[in-house]
Parts: sequence; structure tokens; C-alpha cells
Amino acid sequence: MSGIQALFRLELSQFSLDLELELPGRGVTVLFGPSGSGKTLLLRCIAGLERARGRLSVNGERWQDEKLFLPTHRRPLGYVFQEPSLFPHLSVRGNLEFGLRRTLRSDAEALEQAIELLGIGHLLQRRPDRLSGGEQQRVAIARAIAVQPRLLLMDEPLAALDLARKREILPYLEQLHDRLEIPLLYVTHSPDEMARLADHLVLLEGGRVLASGPLAETLARLDLPVRLGEEAGVVLEARIEERDSEWGLACAAFPGGRLQVKDIGIPVGNRVRLRVLAKDVSLALERQEGSSILNLLPATVAEVGEGEHPATALVRLKLGESALLASLTRRSAHALELEAGKAVWVQIKSVAVIE
Amino acid sequence: MPDESNLTAILLTVKLAGVVTILLLLIGTPIAWWLARTRSRLKGPVSAVVALPLVLPPTVMGFYLLILMGPNGPLGQLTQALGIGTLSFTFTGLVIASVFYSLPFVVQPIQNAFEAVGERPLEAAATLRAGPWDRFFSVALPLARPGLLTGAVMGFAHTVGEFGVVLMVGGNIPGETRVVSVQIYDYVEALQYADAHLLSALMLAFSFTVLLAMYSLNPGKRGDG
Repeated sequence: MSGIQALFRLELSQFSLDLELELPGRGVTVLFGPSGSGKTLLLRCIAGLERARGRLSVNGERWQDEKLFLPTHRRPLGYVFQEPSLFPHLSVRGNLEFGLRRTLRSDAEALEQAIELLGIGHLLQRRPDRLSGGEQQRVAIARAIAVQPRLLLMDEPLAALDLARKREILPYLEQLHDRLEIPLLYVTHSPDEMARLADHLVLLEGGRVLASGPLAETLARLDLPVRLGEEAGVVLEARIEERDSEWGLACAAFPGGRLQVKDIGIPVGNRVRLRVLAKDVSLALERQEGSSILNLLPATVAEVGEGEHPATALVRLKLGESALLASLTRRSAHALELEAGKAVWVQIKSVAVIE
Repeated sequence: MPDESNLTAILLTVKLAGVVTILLLLIGTPIAWWLARTRSRLKGPVSAVVALPLVLPPTVMGFYLLILMGPNGPLGQLTQALGIGTLSFTFTGLVIASVFYSLPFVVQPIQNAFEAVGERPLEAAATLRAGPWDRFFSVALPLARPGLLTGAVMGFAHTVGEFGVVLMVGGNIPGETRVVSVQIYDYVEALQYADAHLLSALMLAFSFTVLLAMYSLNPGKRGDG
């Protein structure tokens, strides 16, 4: 059986974890939720660092059940902690080789690949305390993938870094996303990291699973009690079709339409992710002429739901195969007589392009 | 020949302190590891027992050890049954007594060092396939090295400096149990102040050098954390 099947129950004095999950056996699953929702605890249970009751199997291998509990060092995983947690008494190379020397199918090529992927070739002889925070975390990521794990776990690897360091590491994570053939579970509370990296999304709250599903589908749901507030919105998979150097714009096609976005230098034909926030989407019954808004698309109302504030409504729209969310006042929704099946024009004020 | 007896006493002291230090590291390190990581209710009582020599008068320690090792004590009965005789007033008895007496000076710095290492490096090692023993030897011990060094130096120096327990358990047998501190006591008793001065000054210089070396090598927490 492929994929990850997990069932965990853990009672702590202040907190309890009680969940059952079925996750894809490839790609990036983001575990998302506010602090104290149990994301880190779940990751630690999967790693065997916490002893929860339950079951766990990863792509057909049983790691834990009623009778079996593989200790952490016998689970073929890689783990990146929030702080780099490098061994201060070893050089960068010593850190990278620590796990490799203890792996049966140790493979010098895997190490070279990890060093190259994270761009740390020039740091190998240094001591961890001679590295910047971003460099340390890159070494920690390389150390985790060099052991050729069958499951990679990352616990908010960017949370302890400032914005500049985050920007330094995110491209490496995105490359990892494209090249990794094993599942990656990534804990974060940053909507931006989630939108960039996730293929599959798990929303956690209070140690329970609120939702688990493919990213675009899950983000477009209206019934989730944990909303992202100002950050509510969807992610569209798109392809750059044209670049217009005169205006510095690019045209991105997604299943359901085309959008004008800022040209950030991505070549024609490349895949991109577009993030459209609900607060940047407004609706009109007719096509608006003479507006400053470039992106006007026809759509159908799929569902009208409640927003976070009594004054607001959240509307899910269908554009071909894709879904968008729009945040309106409840009064506007009433005035436009929005209901499922109604044809509308969508006006999108801003689209963020994520590589 | 006072010079020769001085040399005998010094060599005996160094030998005693050396043997005791090695034993203390072997015994004290596992105790320190356990104390640093356990959540057991026994932690309090065990810590208290280890720390007892810090507050007990050496004569009390020595008295009980003497009874323990004497012909009617449990340890004495055991050694007699094994055909070794009793250990009181022997070098071996002195070693046993010194191990008890210097234990807290070795356990405490090592325990502090293990506590400072924390859980995280060990967890990181576990995710990199290192089993429990492997984690202890390849991560915990190297990271606790300053504490081990401090513990060894303290154990050595403290054993060199003990007097009361030695006199109670070992008595005053030249070449067997007469260490420097006891030798000084003899000189003073016999009013041989010049000889007492010589050995005392030597002890003072030794103790100062050891402590100076320790504080210079281990200048506490630097502000680079």
C-alpha cells in the first residue's frame, strides 16, 4: 500500500493529539495551523521522538502499530528541526557524514548531490559556529537528505530566520520540491510558505485534523472553521504563455482562464503558481469598462458562505476547472443576489506569482 | 631520611589520586548521565547521597567506611570470604574511601555539562540513525568534554587534599597509606616545622596551579552563545 497512513493518540497534561491521516506517498504535504495546534507534536510522533499510541506506515513499510514501535534511529527518515541543531564539535563535513556513516546503503553520490543542491560546497571545512543562520539551516537540510530517507520531515525550518535568510533558503526548498521523489511533510504557520510548497494540505487545530486534501481544493473550501483571515485565498497552477516586455507583464494560463501578471523573468512555457487572495477579488454582474483592473474573467458562483466577520461573505467561484474565492460584504452579496449558479464577472486586483 | 619519606609520600599521593580519578570518571559519568536525564523519583535521594561528602565531617564518613570494611562489616566479610583479608588500613581501602569522598566533585560538573547539552543534539543524532550508545559516545560525551575535564581535575585535586578520611580508614603506614597531608600532620606533631613548610608549600603551589589552569581553560560562559 502506498502513501502514508497515520493514526495517533497522545494525552499530555495540557494537550491531546487525536488524529487519523491518509497522506500521499510523494510530493509536499504541508501541516498548517496556528501555534499550539499540534503540528510539531504530530511530526515528532511520526519520527518516533514522542511515543504515541497508534499506527504508522510509510509507503508500505510499517513503522508502528499496537505491537511494534521502531525507535527513531531505525526509521528511515530525515528530520530538519526549527533550529539547525548541527553538532558543534564536528565540521560541516563531519555533520553531513554523521548520518551517512550510519546508513547501510550509504552512497557518496547522495552526499555530493545534497551538497550541490543546497549550495554548501564552499563551507565543508568550517565549524557550525562560523556559519550564518541561513547557512546552518542549509547544512541541516543537506544533512537530512544525504541519508537518502524514505520520508523527509521539516519542522518550520524557516521560522527562526529573518526575512532575508528566508528568501535565501526558499529557492532551495522549491528545488527540493521539484526533485524529491519521496514524501516531504512540512510544518509551517506561514501562508506564504504553504502556498509555495504544498501539494497537499492538512489543517490542524487543537490536536485534531480539520481538513486534509489537495492544496487548491482545500484552500477553496468555505466550510473550514480555521480560516486564514486576511490571507484567505487560492493557489492556481498556471503556465507562462507570453511575455510583454513593453509593459513588463506576462500572461499566465490556468485551467479556467488567463491572467495578466507581473513579469518576474520566468521563461515562456514554465509552470508557476499564482496566489489570488479573496480580499483582492471583487464581483460585478456585467463586464466593467473603463476600470483600472486588468484581469476580468467570467465565472459562475458555486457557493456563498459566511466570512470571518458578520459583515462579510465568502464566495466560491467556478472558472472552468479552477476555483477562486472572493471576499465581499454580506450587503453586496445580497444586493447582487448572489446564489449558486449565477453568472458573474470576476475582477482581480492583484495576483502574486510564485515560482 | 626525611627526603626519602617525603618522596614516598608524594608518589603515593599521586598514585592514589590517579587511580581514584580514573575510577571516579568511570563511576561518576554514568551517575551524572542518569541524574541529568532521569525523571525518576529516585533522582532526589540519589543526588543527596552523592552530595553527602560535601557536608559530612570526614571523620563520620571515615568511621562508617571503617566499620563497613572492618572484619565484621559487610564489605569486610565479603573480602575475607574471597581471601583478600580486610581492606581497612590498606591502599585499596584508601582508594575505596577516596572514591566515595570525592564523588560529588566529579559528578556535579559532569552532570551540569550533560544538562547543558540538552535533548536536541541527541534527537538530531537519533534522526541520523544513531542508537542510544552511539548517541552517548559520539554526541553527549564530546559535547560534555569541558565538564569531564573539570570533573577529573576536581577529583584529582580533592583526593590529593583529603586528610580526615585517610587518617580514619588508612591510618599512617609509610608507603602504603601515608599520603602528603598525613605526612605534614606528622611533621607538625613532631615539631619539624621546616619539613612541614616544604610539603605545605608544595601542596599550596600544586592546588593553586590546578585551579588556575582550570579557570583559564574553562572561563565560564562566554557571551557568544
